[in-house]
Amino acid sequence: MAGFLYFTELLGLKVYDLRGRRIGRLADCALVPVADPVRVDRFLVGGGLALLTIRWDQVESISLDGLRLRDEILTPYHDDEYMLRIARDLLDQQIIDVNGRKVVRVNDVTFEIQKQNGSEILRVLEVDVGIRSIVRRVLQGYVPRPWIRRLQRSIAPSSIPWEFCNIVEADPQRRLRLNIRHEKLEDLHPADLADIVEELGPEQRGAIFEAIDSEAAADALSEVDPKMQAAILESMEADKAADIVEEMAPDEAADVLADMDEEASGEILEEMEVEPKAEVEELLEYDEDTAGGMMNTQYVALPEDATVGDALAALRGDEDLLEGLNTLFLVDRSGRLAAAVPLGRVVVAGNSQPLKELAAGTLIQADVDEKQNRLTELFDKYNILTLPVVDKDGTLAGVITADDIISVLRQK
Amino acid sequence: MLKAIQHTLKRGRIQFALFLAVLGPGFITAMVDNDSGGIYTYSAAGARWGYLPLWTLLPITVLLIVSQEMNSRMGAVTGKGLSDLIREEFGLRATFLLMAALVVTNLTNVMAEFAGIATSLELFSISRYISVPICAAAVWYLVVRGTYRSVEKIFLGASALYVTYIVSAFLLKPNWVEAGIYSVKPVLMFDKDYIFMLIAMVGTSIAPWMQFYLQAAIVEKGITAKEYKASAIEVIVGCIGTSVIAFFIIVACAAAIWANGPKDLTDAAGAAQALKPFGKYAYLLFSAGLFNASLFAASILPLATAYSVCEGLGFEAGVNRSFREAPIFYWLYTLLIGIGAGSVLLPKFPLVQMILWSQVFNGVLLPVVLIFMILLINKKDLMGSWTNSRFYNVVAWASVAIMIGLTLALVGITIQQMG
Repeated sequence: MAGFLYFTELLGLKVYDLRGRRIGRLADCALVPVADPVRVDRFLVGGGLALLTIRWDQVESISLDGLRLRDEILTPYHDDEYMLRIARDLLDQQIIDVNGRKVVRVNDVTFEIQKQNGSEILRVLEVDVGIRSIVRRVLQGYVPRPWIRRLQRSIAPSSIPWEFCNIVEADPQRRLRLNIRHEKLEDLHPADLADIVEELGPEQRGAIFEAIDSEAAADALSEVDPKMQAAILESMEADKAADIVEEMAPDEAADVLADMDEEASGEILEEMEVEPKAEVEELLEYDEDTAGGMMNTQYVALPEDATVGDALAALRGDEDLLEGLNTLFLVDRSGRLAAAVPLGRVVVAGNSQPLKELAAGTLIQADVDEKQNRLTELFDKYNILTLPVVDKDGTLAGVITADDIISVLRQK
Repeated sequence: MLKAIQHTLKRGRIQFALFLAVLGPGFITAMVDNDSGGIYTYSAAGARWGYLPLWTLLPITVLLIVSQEMNSRMGAVTGKGLSDLIREEFGLRATFLLMAALVVTNLTNVMAEFAGIATSLELFSISRYISVPICAAAVWYLVVRGTYRSVEKIFLGASALYVTYIVSAFLLKPNWVEAGIYSVKPVLMFDKDYIFMLIAMVGTSIAPWMQFYLQAAIVEKGITAKEYKASAIEVIVGCIGTSVIAFFIIVACAAAIWANGPKDLTDAAGAAQALKPFGKYAYLLFSAGLFNASLFAASILPLATAYSVCEGLGFEAGVNRSFREAPIFYWLYTLLIGIGAGSVLLPKFPLVQMILWSQVFNGVLLPVVLIFMILLINKKDLMGSWTNSRFYNVVAWASVAIMIGLTLALVGITIQQMG
């Protein structure tokens, strides 16, 4: 029953030359993803002291009985960075299952046998992660292979199609040469990506954050365990780290930077653009446990006499804010907070209606140096989603949102 | 001058804050080391030989520190558990066999811990048919329903309860001068029982599961290479703490039992019972300490086992995952507790034999684990500049050789005893 072959069955398979003489056993095989992302490009044979390379088109046939050559001119093996070697780089290592959104360990790799230009070629089908491949690998060598195949049919397979496998490679040069892309990771929900990253080793963590675009990196980083955030940024080049910090919400950025060494955070701040840097530096002034340290500056404030039309116009100009926005704030001429307007009321009101008429009955607000516990109480007592924070003279300084409070509560 | 002092103070504060931040894994591991088997060994040593065995605690501390420091370094630098690394570097079959051995070994250890729970509470006249099921359920619930953070806090709290041994030692008014002298004065005697006692003390001090637990906990806590120094200090403090507790257990038994005539103890609860005539409070504290130690170890052992196995074989693991996400992890964990606790309640179960076997299994498995560890920690591509120095390697291999020699001797004697 040809059709498919497991990598661990392939290992140690006998290799025969044109006259059917055994010349050695297979030691590994490799893909060259730049040439073809799924075809096994080279087979490595352990003959004497060195490894020999068999190109895919030098193979006549492959089966459990062995690999037969159609061309005997084999070259010595040289390591090159374009090769993804299955035994060395994949087997027993951790990869990311993009579809299942988790980190898994490779127990085996399944190949499909196909015909191409008169050669039998192997194409990577999927990566095995379940008990089935564990049983196979433990028994292999002690129990005949056909028996193992029969036995394992009764165990449910657990595998990941090759296209959903994302290999983690720490060296950026080699990552490029191996054609490893992380677009699929960027499409994951930031919270899922954060979970995945937490599972990996520190080196691989840094590699992923350096490889994906800054916006996705910033979103995911905000979801990572706060302790780990600082470590990740510290392990990166300052300019790339600065790109990510710029994309983060200012309050979260300030929290991470506050957790870092002064030297490292200084370097990152130096690399940042003027505007986000000023915002973050302002927030860094406040103590982490107070309203000032928790708030962010992503809010919409309008003049006291603005109408619904003005509000909608202002929102249209600021797309970034829209996600998660639930309250608008009115301020007087000197910037002092005057009223809070729930966004829902604005949506259903007429264009010319003054916002003031839609304002919530009582204005709940907090001082910049209000303590965390008190803030949590306010959220609980008044059922608010966004709490405005004012400085000493009543000027609106920032807002705290319910998700900030949830993070605080969860950390307790 | 003043500035320099301020600077030092500030640095000190930062260092201390860092220490608190990494406090947990090393300290907990070291404390659990004094489980019911450990307490029995130390009590028996004190009851039979008085203050003589105290000198062994110093070299034992060094051995403990060497082995645990390597784990914490590997965890911090690679961010991976020990079974993860073994799997990645030595392949599936080696990992599978090692994990199978670990499960069997730790199961017998869990049985010993539940036996400790049963006998310690029987001293308070609580039937084991009540105590064991309740404790098993509590242990299970704690880990399945708690988050790692809260679980760790409870474990740290449990570590503090070891103070009971120090208090009970003071209550028994030992001869401190003699205790001081024999702590630094090695006494060697060619007496079969004495040598067996020495071996047993070393043998109970380092168990294979500890290496897996410590490294996994360091990784789970997210300790990085940068915080490694603080983490190493934590490990060292923990190991010293372990030996301090052991010191007071030996001293207590020496003061109360040995001083009134050397005696052979058969189990840890027997030690508490033997203390009874010499002080009611010491007896109560000693029993409570045994209960705490057994319960503590019974919570950690199944957890550590399930973790290592799932990590090594690539199943999802972790108390932060749901039952559905990590079924094998939870099943393994549940079965270890269920079988471990259940065996204590079976009337005809050969429990004493099982506890002796747990010593043998520990002894056989430990050298294997230690050798894997030294091989791993010297791999440049894993550890970078954090590999062992040559001197450290000499110390590490020497420690391993000593430990292998002693544990094999212990295994031999134990098997002889069983026969």
